[in-house]
This record gives sequence, structure tokens and C-alpha cells, in this order.
Amino acid sequence: MRRIVIAVLCALSAGAVVAKEGNECIVAAGTVAPEFGLPHVAEAIAKNKLDIAVIGSASSELNGPAGTNIAYPTWLEETLRSLLPGVVVKVATYARARETASEMEAKLPRVISETAPALVIWQTGTADAIRGVDPEEFRTALDDGVDRLRAADVDVVFVNMQYSPRTEAMLAVAAYAEAMRFVALKREAVLFDRFTIMRRWNESGVFDLYGATRTTNVAERVHDCLGRLLADVVVAGAKLAPVVSKGTE
Amino acid sequence: MSLPKPGDRDLRLDLFRGLALWLIFLDHIPSNIVNWVTIRNYGFSDATEIFVFISGYTAAFVYGRAMREQGTLVAGARILKRAWQVYVAHIFLFAIYTAEISYVAHSFENPLYHEEMGIFDFLQQPDITLAQAMLLKFKPANMDVLPLYIALLAGFPPLLWLLLRARAAALGASVLLYALTLHFEWNIPAYPNGSWVFNPFAWQMLFVFGAWCALGGAQQISAVILSPITAAVAIMFLAFAFFIVLTWYIPGLDALVPRWLEERMYPIDKTNLGLLRFVHFLSLAVLTVRLVPRDWPFLRSLWLFPAILCGQHSLEVFCLGVFLSFAAHFAMVEISQGIGMQIALSLLGIVIMVATAALISWYKGIEGRSPRSRPGPPGATLVGGGV
Repeated sequence: MRRIVIAVLCALSAGAVVAKEGNECIVAAGTVAPEFGLPHVAEAIAKNKLDIAVIGSASSELNGPAGTNIAYPTWLEETLRSLLPGVVVKVATYARARETASEMEAKLPRVISETAPALVIWQTGTADAIRGVDPEEFRTALDDGVDRLRAADVDVVFVNMQYSPRTEAMLAVAAYAEAMRFVALKREAVLFDRFTIMRRWNESGVFDLYGATRTTNVAERVHDCLGRLLADVVVAGAKLAPVVSKGTE
Repeated sequence: MSLPKPGDRDLRLDLFRGLALWLIFLDHIPSNIVNWVTIRNYGFSDATEIFVFISGYTAAFVYGRAMREQGTLVAGARILKRAWQVYVAHIFLFAIYTAEISYVAHSFENPLYHEEMGIFDFLQQPDITLAQAMLLKFKPANMDVLPLYIALLAGFPPLLWLLLRARAAALGASVLLYALTLHFEWNIPAYPNGSWVFNPFAWQMLFVFGAWCALGGAQQISAVILSPITAAVAIMFLAFAFFIVLTWYIPGLDALVPRWLEERMYPIDKTNLGLLRFVHFLSLAVLTVRLVPRDWPFLRSLWLFPAILCGQHSLEVFCLGVFLSFAAHFAMVEISQGIGMQIALSLLGIVIMVATAALISWYKGIEGRSPRSRPGPPGATLVGGGV
């Protein structure tokens, strides 16, 4: 019986809920404007071809009831296509559970050569906190990653950890969040503050992030909103930056 | 310079250690509106610095006298016994933590947090993690302070011996160890990765500095401590730190911080007791000594008594505080996470800490009259019997 109920709920959520979500979560997220420009994205948009690579850990993946991918990169791609008519938008996801920032940093050359992205969206932090990586090592990995990407004419947007109220007292993410914010500020890279956005959602009641559930209802809506917000950040970042020709700073 | 006389208890030490215990408790409750009152939001240093400094001060005060009166061997043995007590307390807290996390692991499921559930992985291999916890290598979130104390106490006997004979040399050796630690990046490895969150080779400098002050160092530099120039510099530094902290929270303000300063200043290292944190603590301490005189009548008032009481039983109250912060978070998850609840839980926690400290005092009183009682001063503190 319980399984049937869950199955029915899943089926309903997949279609109806996401469409009805509207802009409530966008409003409750507060100001999510990029602090720095994304010149290579601007250049790519001008050329009508925008390739993006998402590098991340398990929170960049989410499979719906039917096995379809409903994680934020999917929503990001969909939203960018509607925001940028005439531009061929492609989002490739390189998500791997438990991968730390330095492991991701090491695979950047492969990602760059495979997809030649104008932008890398780099979601990291949680796996490092779980595995107890030295925050200093984490910071160095981010720093080196920015070097690699800039050298290859790729913009970067950092995505920090999820706000997870249930595990907050057990998982010390603050040192990693601060390291990310620090690198972003110092290297003039865009930081998408997923942690703060999700905390605002929880506080304003848009999403109940405390609840225990086996269904992907809430998860799907959260990823949908994150993807749309991220698309806004990408477009706003491109507008913030003048198109630069290759080789100039 | 002579040692402070018996009965010469400086209530300011108990007061500020008690307050530090409250702040550590508040800081350990995540998403708690009340922890905006804690000092870490207004400068570089936080309650940990206060706590380590005062603990070094009282350890030297208590065991320095013991070492003179009872000899090096007896005092050293007492310090190591204290280290053992702190170790037992840490393992006790670990047991409570494991119980809580096991419960949450079984009761909470949400595909959104598939990744965060990774913190429960250690429950899958208790053979490794329990042994690593007992070796002080596996330390869950917010359980890093007691291992630091165990390490500081374990290394304290030879240091105290030196402090009593050549105070300046002992402090010099401590500063040298700090400098070498920063240069060679020494630390103790942790499990499953990385190293200790509070590096004992670096934090020992603050502990030893506290001990040095207690054994006559503070009197030696009292002219500097009480000079108006020092006070002015301290105020300017605190204002500078406050401004820098503001730039972390108010967008746009960071443009006012010059690039060269950022490059020298960051990262402000907590693991290795970054110099900015140390200087920030010194500035707070210098102003506190000026503003709160030792014989301040208010120190004996009923208003400050709860904090002083907590400061006099700091090991017990510290452990209780860690447990209460788990419990408060647990209550927020299970019942409500509203602001009213946050304030109520914060206050309730402090009331429980004070009540427990009072209960421990009462026990010490009745046990002090029992025939089995050992000679010695009543009142346990984190790093030694009180005076």
C-alpha cells in the first residue's frame, strides 16, 4: 500500500508540482547577483554557442522516480535555452559522489579538453568536510583550479554546500564555506551561495528541509529552483562583463 | 617576583572562563540567532582563545605551587592525572555523540541530502573509527577542544619545570616552537584525513603565555599592560578587526580593503592560531585588565556569580555544554526551529550549566568533609584543582 502511495505521489510530483512552483522560491532566495563578470560566457553568447561543464559531487546529481536526471544542471540548461534564444546551450555534468576539491581540480584538464566549456560550474565542499580534508588544502585546490581555468580561458562559478539542518551539528562545513568565499573574493570569481539560499528557503517556509522523506518531491523542486537561479547568475554575469578578445586581461 | 599567595584567587579568571564556556555552548548550536552575541562575530579571535589562556594561567597557578611544595615528580604526576581525566571526559562525550548520530542516521532519509548522509559512513566500520577515536585521531565536529587540552597538559610538566626556573627561556622556547610549527607545518595527523583542527604545537603558545603571566610574567610587564599607549593601540586594533569582519558580511565593503593587506592578512588561521587572532586576543585581554580591576566589588555580586560558578568547574561544564549543544540542535530539528525556540534553548542550556555547576560545588562540599577526601584544594577546573 505504502509503495503505491509513494508511486502515485512521485508520478504527481514529476509533472504538476514543478510546473506550479512558480517564482516563490526565486523571490525567497533574496538577492543572488554575481559580484564579478563572466567575460568568456559573454563571448560565447555573442558567438551563439555556450558550453558549460558542471563539476561536482553527489549533490549535483539527482535521479527522479523514472530514473530521469532531475538535478539542477538539467534545469540550468533548460532555463538558459529559454533565456538565450538562438544560442546553442549545452551543459555537461561531471558529478561524482565523495569527490574532493583536489580530486576535481586534477580532472579539470580532461573536462576542458572534452567539452571546451566557456564556463565551469564548480560545486564542492561537502565531500571535503565529510572526509575531513585540511581546509587549507581545500583552499589551495580551489586556487589552483582557478589558475587552470583562467589559463584555458574558462570562467568559473563556485557553488558551495547545501544547507542541511538535520546534519548541521554533525558536519562542520563553516571552514570550507569560508575558504570558498575567500578564494572567490580574492580571485574575483563568482560564488553561487547555495547554502544561504537554501537556508532562506527553510526559514521562509518555501521548502521544509527538515522533513524526512523517501520521495524526490522536495529535492526536485529545490534543484529546479537552484538551476533557474544559477541560470540567472550566468546571464547576469555575462552582462556584467564586456566581451574580451582572447589573450587580453 | 613571587608566586601568587594561596587564597589569592583572581575571580576574574573564573568569570571570563565561565563566560567563555557559555559562548562556546552558544557557538556550537548551529543556526542559532543567539550566537550573534558571541565575540567571534566582531573580531578575529573567539572564546577558544580566552579559554586556552585562562587554562594555562590556572594550570601554572595550581601546579606551580604544587611543584614547589611537593616536588617535580608529584606535581608532574598530578598534571598527567588531570590529562587522563580530560581524556575520559572526551571519550564519554564521543559515546553521547555516537548515540545521537546513530539515531539521526536511522530516522532521517531524504534524497536531497544523499551526499550529507556520508557523515554516517563511519558507523559502517566501527572497528576502525572507534579505535581512531580512542587514539584522538577521529574527532567529530565540535569535539576538537578537549584533545587540544589533553595534548597541552601532557606536555606541561617539563615546561612548568622550566617556567619555574627560567621563565623567559620557557616562553622563548614556546614562541620558537610556534614559529617552527608554522614554518615546517607540523601538526598531528587526524583520521580519516587531514590533521588536528586545533594544532597543539601552535596553540601551546597561548597556553604557555597564560602560564608565564601567572608565574610573575604579568607583573614583569605590568607597566606595558597598563600603559595608555598600549590601550590606544589595542582599541585601534579591535576597531580594525571589527571593520575587517564587517567586510566579510556586507557586500561592496571589501573593495575598501587594499589588495596588499588582503594578501598578507588572509587566511586568518584558526588551526595554527594565526597571529592576527593572537593579537586580537591580547588586545581584548589588555582592555579587560584595565576595565575590570581585580578587586572590583561587582565581582562578588550575585549577578556575576552564575558565570563565576561555571568557570570554577570548567571541565564538567565544558563537557555538559558540548552535550547540551547537541541536545539543543536535536530539539530544534525534532520540535521547532523558530527564533523563540532558539532563544529559549540557549537560555535553558545556560541555566542547566549553572545549576550543574552549583550541584558540583555542593558535592565537593559534602565530599570535602568525608574521611576519604584527599588533602588539596576544592573545586576542579579544566586544567587543575581550583584554589
